[in-house]
Amino acid sequence: MNPSFQLLPEQASATAVHLDHLTLYLLIVAAIFSTLIFALIFFFAIKYRRRSGHERPVEVHGALTLEIIWTVVPFILMMIMFTWGASVFFEMSRPPDDAMNVYVVGKQWMWKTQHLEGQREINELHVPLGRPVKLTMTSEDVIHSFYMPAFRVKFDVLPGKYTTAWFNPTKPGKYHLFCAEYCGTLHSGMIGWIYVMEPAEYERWLAGGSGGESLASNGEKLFQYLACANCHRTDKPGRCPNLQGVFGTAVRLTTGETVKADEAYIRESILNPSARIVAGYQNIMPSFQGQVTEEDLLQLIEYIKSLGKPGPQVGGPAPGANPPALQGGAAAPARSLVPKQNR
Amino acid sequence: MANHTLALRHHFDDVEQQKSASTFGMWVFLVTEILFFGGMFCCYTVYRSLYPSAFGHASNHLDVILGAVSTAVLICSSFTMACAVNSAATGAKHALVAFLWVTILFAAAFLVVEMSEWHLLYKEGLMPGFNFTYHDVDPGHVQLFFCMYFAMTGLHASHVTIGIGLLGVMAFRASRGVFTPQYYTPIEISGLYWHFVDLVWIFLFPLYYLIARHLQ
Amino acid sequence: MITATVETRENYLTHEYGVKSWLLTQDHKRIALLYLGAISFFFFLGGIFATVIRLELLTPPGDLVSAQTYNKLFTLHGVIMVFLFLIPAIPATLGNFLVPMMIGCKDLAFPKLNLLSWYIFMVGGICVLYAMLQGGVDTGWTFYVPFSTSYANTYVILTAVGIFIAGFASILTGLNFIVTIHQMRAPGLTWYRLPLFIWSMYATSLIMVLGTPVVAVTILLVALERGFHFGIFDPALGGDPVLFQHLFWFYSHPAVYIMVLPAMGVVSELVSVYSRKKVFGYKFVAFSSVAIAVLGFLVWGHHMFVSSQSVYASMVFSFLSFLVAVPSAIKVFNWTATLYKGSISYDTPMLYAFGFIGLFTIGGLTGTFLATLGFDVHVTDTYFVVAHFHYIMVGGTMMAYLGGLHYWWPKMTGRMYAEGWAKLSALVIFLGFNLTFFPQFIMGYLGMPRRYHAYPEEFQVYHVLSTAGASVLAVGYLIPAVYFIWSLRYGKLAPDNPWNATGLEWQTTSPPLPENFEITPVVNHEAYDYSILEEMKVG
Repeated sequence: MNPSFQLLPEQASATAVHLDHLTLYLLIVAAIFSTLIFALIFFFAIKYRRRSGHERPVEVHGALTLEIIWTVVPFILMMIMFTWGASVFFEMSRPPDDAMNVYVVGKQWMWKTQHLEGQREINELHVPLGRPVKLTMTSEDVIHSFYMPAFRVKFDVLPGKYTTAWFNPTKPGKYHLFCAEYCGTLHSGMIGWIYVMEPAEYERWLAGGSGGESLASNGEKLFQYLACANCHRTDKPGRCPNLQGVFGTAVRLTTGETVKADEAYIRESILNPSARIVAGYQNIMPSFQGQVTEEDLLQLIEYIKSLGKPGPQVGGPAPGANPPALQGGAAAPARSLVPKQNR
Repeated sequence: MANHTLALRHHFDDVEQQKSASTFGMWVFLVTEILFFGGMFCCYTVYRSLYPSAFGHASNHLDVILGAVSTAVLICSSFTMACAVNSAATGAKHALVAFLWVTILFAAAFLVVEMSEWHLLYKEGLMPGFNFTYHDVDPGHVQLFFCMYFAMTGLHASHVTIGIGLLGVMAFRASRGVFTPQYYTPIEISGLYWHFVDLVWIFLFPLYYLIARHLQ
Repeated sequence: MITATVETRENYLTHEYGVKSWLLTQDHKRIALLYLGAISFFFFLGGIFATVIRLELLTPPGDLVSAQTYNKLFTLHGVIMVFLFLIPAIPATLGNFLVPMMIGCKDLAFPKLNLLSWYIFMVGGICVLYAMLQGGVDTGWTFYVPFSTSYANTYVILTAVGIFIAGFASILTGLNFIVTIHQMRAPGLTWYRLPLFIWSMYATSLIMVLGTPVVAVTILLVALERGFHFGIFDPALGGDPVLFQHLFWFYSHPAVYIMVLPAMGVVSELVSVYSRKKVFGYKFVAFSSVAIAVLGFLVWGHHMFVSSQSVYASMVFSFLSFLVAVPSAIKVFNWTATLYKGSISYDTPMLYAFGFIGLFTIGGLTGTFLATLGFDVHVTDTYFVVAHFHYIMVGGTMMAYLGGLHYWWPKMTGRMYAEGWAKLSALVIFLGFNLTFFPQFIMGYLGMPRRYHAYPEEFQVYHVLSTAGASVLAVGYLIPAVYFIWSLRYGKLAPDNPWNATGLEWQTTSPPLPENFEITPVVNHEAYDYSILEEMKVG
């Protein structure tokens, strides 16, 4: 932003303020200790400098009291650091329930973000002021790390896994987005901007642009196109579990265990369906590995999430439905209506 | 006299110190070895607790008979190794040489049985990286199981191979009459190494071959 | 009088000549010099990479070298400096030379293994050099999967094999030290009479023996996965890349203590001898080394607070990391207290010891910052971390290593170095170091990520400061290289005990005899008991 000299990073979220207070405490402790030690060393080094080659200093024997003091005092100060740091960390790792969901997919070397309303961006993310934003992130290839210094937010983005981070922007403006985990040749080019906008302005931005349909309805199209609906029917009991309202519930498996139907489980069930099969069903679903991209998966998940709410009903497969256009620069893998068995 | 100079190296005060240093050194080395395998056992523990059923399915593709035979062979080799150490301590030179060769023979037999197991797996299409064509339940995690299996048994087999080399050298030196009841530390520490290699297999065998017998 | 004996006496350098007598030597002192030559080469090689990195970062756009080249530069800088310089630096040179002499024996327990370890180290080093000449490697020294296994297009396997091999050199050195310290101490030399350098080498050896095999097997798995598609960490099969990080840091965090514990041992020696006093709180300093080695194995997860490991695991790791800071603080306070009422001289090694305490204090305090959970989230993988570990590894280990090298140089070579130049270089290194790395703390807190080839303009002012400091630092390192070599031929002949120190190594000739001592010394006093010097003079 401002290429002039800075000493402290911008504070654009409540967490940033909390963290900077913690930093101040750390700096004070560090300043006291280093000043103490440096001053003592200077003082001793000058006062007790060797004046003649033959002098023999008086032996000072160790003092237990001193040892205990300089063990216990730093320990107490550090326990304050620990507790304070942990409380800020908990704040960072617990997104509020009313947070607005945004999906992030990292790939070498770009960030792709998708809003629930359907807006997709590359290396940019527009968010409204004063509303917590929860990021659900995954990677198409190697490990990346989503880092926004102004909000003091950083979290790794891993392949094959969903991670989350959140922030609540408190100041409008344009802020850095960096990839903080080394990810290959153009690691330093995997950067972008976060735009924090006034809510009204954000609504205008959301309405305009290349939005199109919402994430869930894109997911529904994909659901039809991949012929998922042939088996996962909602009108009558099928060969596969009914997905209506399944998201977030506990599902019993053939092994007798239960698993929460969250993003990770749905993702696994699409890519590796035989890993954890729902009780009462056969292992008949083919794997969709290689046929859906990470973004497609997020759309499908969003669609299945939306099934939980009363609203969009799943009909039969729409004949001749057009494949949903894949955007975001991801090359769509070749699709066939009859998914091939594993490789 | 010649034996004595060979036995005591100049930097040690006496034979006793040399012997305890060598034995202690071997124990420290075995601690290193435990950590070496430990990293892999740690991976195994993590993945098996993540994917218990896939590990169960995969385990039943291994031939438990071959596994049991190789375990038995290896235990026998440990026994003959112990006999070899005992013969060295009592100065029975011919028995020492003979027991060392029998141990080597058992070790070689172990490797043969293990290679035949590997060959079977290769033919079945269960060798990741070379021939992996498994399409049944949960192929990804099954592949993970076999990656772990080959990495760990491979590392173990390389230790057996090194052991054969080591025992070969010992057998050669024993037949030259290098060892006496006063000086047989090399035999003793080779024995420690060999028992360690055996012990690792005692862990590998149940963890790979026996975990899902009840499902068959 | 003393010099005359030196010239006439046969010592370990003169009793045999020729290349063969060096390459086949089993003398721990000669092997130490072989290591010294090898690691000095790797240090200057790693330094050249650092220089190019700093020059590239002078301007915001990546204009000096390409992105790919830059990535190779920082990878090779890290690999060479960590695995081929810092880890062997003090243990394999000073340790190899001094452990037997300080405990009054003729050699390490296993001289052949010691020589073997040097050859293994060289083979590992040559693998890395060969990979470098073939085109280098660009994974970062951390080899994070799946980048290193499936995406990098460089010589990962060759480098990994090099590190794997070099790891065994470290294991053998550690094993040798443990056995030697346990079994071969001179008569009367009880554990509590050992110099603190020996305690720190013992603690270091424990880490080498327990930690190195884990990283070795982890790196081996990476090579297997890359070479044979054995996807043990492959997310596509359900493998966990974070598991790799756990295994990697299980060694690589303790590896930091492999670097800094020996440095602490050196500084304990220096502080004592140049203030002519017993180290204050000997037992606390001794046991804090062991405590650091043990606790060091329990804190690896603090490298992974944002890696998706469980929040509760992070809390435990954070807590344990603070516990490690306590013994480190104990050492700093005890060194400071040793100065109290001492007779302090400003010889070059002492200047380095002062430098070490100062820089280690800053490095250690910023280490507690990083152990603080919330703070770490913001600065991990930024220049703050880069600055912190350079304060520990370069500010700490390198200062102590140079201090130790100056201190024992007369013993090792029988020659004195040029004191004036040495003082100057110590000052230049100290100033250059701070100018290089202090701005990086601020830059990191501002959010500058590490391993960036190009960067936003607002960070330039700090990068310019840092590069300026690096050029000062480079000059500082070149000066000792010159006067050390100069001293080999033109330096004043060194007396047996130029610093009036009490260690057993100073009670033999400079340079020592091939078998260290004429008669095995008998110890009947504590370490750093300076009254014995007068008794010896009287006697």
